[in-house]
Amino acid sequence: MGDHHHGPAQGLSRWLFTTNHKDIGTMYLWFSFAMFILGGAFAMIIRAELFQPGMQLVEPAFFNQMTTLHGLIMVFGAIMPSFVGLANWMIPMMIGAPDMALPRMNNWSFWILPPAFLILASTLFMEGGAPAFGWTFYAPLSTTYAPPSVTYFIFSIHVLGLSSIMGSINIIATVMNMRAPGMTYMKMPLFVWTWLITAFLLVAVMPVLAGAVTMMLMDIHFGTSFFSAAGGGDPVLFQHVFWFFGHPEVYIIILPAFGVVSQIIPAFSRKPLFGYASMVYATAAIAFLSFIVWAHHMYTVGMPIAGELFFMYATMLIAVPTGVKVFNWITTMWRGSMSFETPMLFSIGFLVLFTIGGFTGLMLSIAPADFQYHDSYFVVAHFHYVMVAGAVFSMTAAVYYWLPKWCGRMYNETMGKTHFWISFIGFNVTFFPQHFVGLAGMPRRIPDYALQFADFNMMSSIGAFIYGASQIMFLYNVIATIVAGKPTSDEKVWDGAEGLEWTVATPAPYHTFETPPAVR
Amino acid sequence: MGFISERLRAIVIHAAALIVTVLSGGALASGSKVNQLDMSPGVTATGQAIYDLHTAILWICIVIGVLVFGVMFYSIIYHRKSKGYKASNFHESTTVEIAWTVVPFLILIGMAVPATSTLIQVYDTDEAEMDILITGYQWKWKYEYLNENGENVAFFSNLRTAQDEIYNTEDKGEHYLLEVDQPVVIPVDTKVRFLVTANDVIHSWWVPELAVKRDAIPGFVNETWTRAEETGIYRGQCAELCGKDHGFMPIVVNVVSKEDYAAWLETKQAEAAEIKALMAQTFTMDELVARGKNVYQGYCAACHGMNGEGGLGRAIAGSAIATGDLTKHLDIGVNGVPGTAMQAFGGQMNDVDMAAVITYQRNAFGNNMGDMVQPIDVFNHKKG
Amino acid sequence: MIRVSKNPTVDTAAKLVAVAIGMFAFVFVVMVPLYDVLCDALGINGKTDGSQYTSVPVAIDDSRTVTVQFVATNNEGMPWEFGPSVTAMKVHPGAVNDTVFFARNPLSKDMVAQAIPSISPARAVKYFHKTECFCFNQQPLEANAKAEMPLQFIIDQDLPKDIQTITLSYTIFDVTDAVSGSLAAR
Repeated sequence: MGDHHHGPAQGLSRWLFTTNHKDIGTMYLWFSFAMFILGGAFAMIIRAELFQPGMQLVEPAFFNQMTTLHGLIMVFGAIMPSFVGLANWMIPMMIGAPDMALPRMNNWSFWILPPAFLILASTLFMEGGAPAFGWTFYAPLSTTYAPPSVTYFIFSIHVLGLSSIMGSINIIATVMNMRAPGMTYMKMPLFVWTWLITAFLLVAVMPVLAGAVTMMLMDIHFGTSFFSAAGGGDPVLFQHVFWFFGHPEVYIIILPAFGVVSQIIPAFSRKPLFGYASMVYATAAIAFLSFIVWAHHMYTVGMPIAGELFFMYATMLIAVPTGVKVFNWITTMWRGSMSFETPMLFSIGFLVLFTIGGFTGLMLSIAPADFQYHDSYFVVAHFHYVMVAGAVFSMTAAVYYWLPKWCGRMYNETMGKTHFWISFIGFNVTFFPQHFVGLAGMPRRIPDYALQFADFNMMSSIGAFIYGASQIMFLYNVIATIVAGKPTSDEKVWDGAEGLEWTVATPAPYHTFETPPAVR
Repeated sequence: MGFISERLRAIVIHAAALIVTVLSGGALASGSKVNQLDMSPGVTATGQAIYDLHTAILWICIVIGVLVFGVMFYSIIYHRKSKGYKASNFHESTTVEIAWTVVPFLILIGMAVPATSTLIQVYDTDEAEMDILITGYQWKWKYEYLNENGENVAFFSNLRTAQDEIYNTEDKGEHYLLEVDQPVVIPVDTKVRFLVTANDVIHSWWVPELAVKRDAIPGFVNETWTRAEETGIYRGQCAELCGKDHGFMPIVVNVVSKEDYAAWLETKQAEAAEIKALMAQTFTMDELVARGKNVYQGYCAACHGMNGEGGLGRAIAGSAIATGDLTKHLDIGVNGVPGTAMQAFGGQMNDVDMAAVITYQRNAFGNNMGDMVQPIDVFNHKKG
Repeated sequence: MIRVSKNPTVDTAAKLVAVAIGMFAFVFVVMVPLYDVLCDALGINGKTDGSQYTSVPVAIDDSRTVTVQFVATNNEGMPWEFGPSVTAMKVHPGAVNDTVFFARNPLSKDMVAQAIPSISPARAVKYFHKTECFCFNQQPLEANAKAEMPLQFIIDQDLPKDIQTITLSYTIFDVTDAVSGSLAAR
């Protein structure tokens, strides 16, 4: 522990060998932003091709590689690591711990990520092209009919899954063992709570994903028949295993976002979070329900009616705890003394748009109606309202909220607000019309479409370019802040902010809470 | 420059038209219309039930949304620091918490009741009057009318949109990407059971106006049904990602009167019997060339020229393929050339026509190979 | 609570690693077999349990007639001619019924096929008993050979009254390479 009291090492070795939670958090955040740009670039290619009917820029096979990699990179490369980065930075500071519980493993769990994505991206240059079977990689399209690069894809999924599991074990171990004296579970900030539950979900379901891809690997190379009817297997089994992972995965993505918003809304309402305990219970309820609703992604595979009904009812139930959360946030705002700095704007944007995504989610849960919605653009619109306006907006809010604490400099508020409004408008112009084309019958994952969908698709593409461009402004604002932002040394950057992270110096020193703080 | 300004003008006109449609409430009549905003109730009782369910839940969501966001925006407008509003400090109320747990639960029960009854309706496949086996292929559909007393009628249904339209060298037709060479024909007011399966990967058969979407899974059959109440042509697409040309395997259902259906079925059966008879025959060169000429003009001439002189496709006259190895020539006819506009015609024309057209190409336009292909050769090649 | 280590962090981490490994194993030892059990019990995908039914002689219910349709599909790359000899049969519950499927291997090489049955509606699965079926085993066929493959079945008397038509579908797969591959691997 000797060198702990010194500052960071110099040069590349600082980053390569660091065990400091702040350094690792920073690397996660930058890595995930790089992946966000890469996945975003793929999205731009998709939207450019869909700008008009007809094939213009890319071939259908390449289009499918783009949709596949866009999904994989955004889910596993951008959103998940960004929240892990945030957890690394904030959890020790929020619970009064000096660092993560397993710092060396922390270093590993980050550093195996870039190679995993390098391998995934390199499949683009392989014989037969990158995986083109969608991020849900349904068998047998992803087994018998897959390009040879599928083996690299499987390896990459294994590695990033391992990274997630290691990261989650670290978070759970930290929260369970490293809390400052007096920091009881029911005093933990909600961000810590949502991450704790998320981490349990990850430990439970990432191995299931690993199991799914292992079975694929065995089917492809070792002659088993898990997913092939010819040998007594069943392609539908793949979907069950995948969604047993995949549905909790959706909450893995959104729960930390709930946590972030639960920190920011009280801060800018200058009022404590309404219904803290019910927020915790609602989060746990959502996590529990996420294990028994997976087959609502599969209403059209031909399940027995009893199965359809069970999954429909269970899925509808999720609306209850989710509703509780939304009501709690709004009641937190009620009779507060609100101000609307960029983090608050993104949080309100999250609240409005996530709720819309929740409504369409409720509609999708209705099995008979889903026979019309399933695999249409309505679904695409739904999950982008949840993933982008939900997870990404809240992540953006988190960066604006904690950036001054991280680097001791204030970002440009005007530019931040401009970023919000352009993002908000661009996002809605992109995804709102997708509800319409979906209801009118446009299937997802098609490189070309019938003429009646042309106008809304053009609108969608224009919105996507606007939303994409606004992220450049975000990047610029963040770099400008780090390099030349207005210095601030207020411990409490925001007057309404509560929590241990606001009791340390600004910028946050390399080592914090080496002696545990006293918690009232 | 001229091109760009023209594009811009087109975009502006499009945008203006779009705003007009949106403001006028969109096209809500049945049928997938330009800029349609909402689900179509379609032409079946289940479609109507699903549409009603969808509409009811959408409105419940809208009402809840207006209430919740109304409260939020009221708060945003009035409870702001810039107006000098002082924050209260309340942060708990068990009564309120219980209320907003119980009330949504009751609303959900209200939704679950109609949802359950609609689902039961969709699942009722009993007492169908006819059965059609639908098989998904990469990337086309095969329809097989099950006949309990004899031969089934079966045919493939391929995308008919020309590559020129897809690659923008020709204007796009009205039913761009939603047109097939042979639609599936069903009678009106008849309960039709669909058995859905696949030949290779998972596909999904979706026709919005029939309110049918069912996955086609290789090795297993799924069943669903429809009863169309209005004659007409209804279009849909494959809904499950199935590889490269997933976006290019449309579905066209032609709902006709019962009499027309009977007549159509009879024609199909006669056709099938004829092809079957021809399959077993060995043809002379003259017969094949005569038949092949007709086939050529229907399928090949558009790209390869009426006299094999070429055009969008390569010239056939004097070509290395048509005057080269016969098996290779046949293979290109059957399987096409991937990555080019030369499609695989093996699934689109019957073996007699394929044999005839290959023979014709080798013995016309000055090509004088003197060899020929018999239907059985085509059959064996396809299976080999 | 069992403690793995005195160090609480190591203790937590070790337990979580065990959970992760357990969940990985869960996929193979619970989910896959459980899915098969559920498929058999609920008739998911119309899958039949693939084993021979030992018939118990019972009275034939002459009052009811059920139509059994036969459907055949060739999976991609399967060149055999394959189909039912009759497209449908009208049968009485309880009666033992016989039919054959024909198959022809048009290629000049020996091949092995596996037929996979699927029954629709799925509710009928438990009432459809096969006492003899070519789908129980892989079916080899020499080059250019033909075969008639027998199927013998009984419809259970307990078949729900509202089911009047049962479709029995066979999809035939080419497993020649898998068979020779697994032999080569041994």
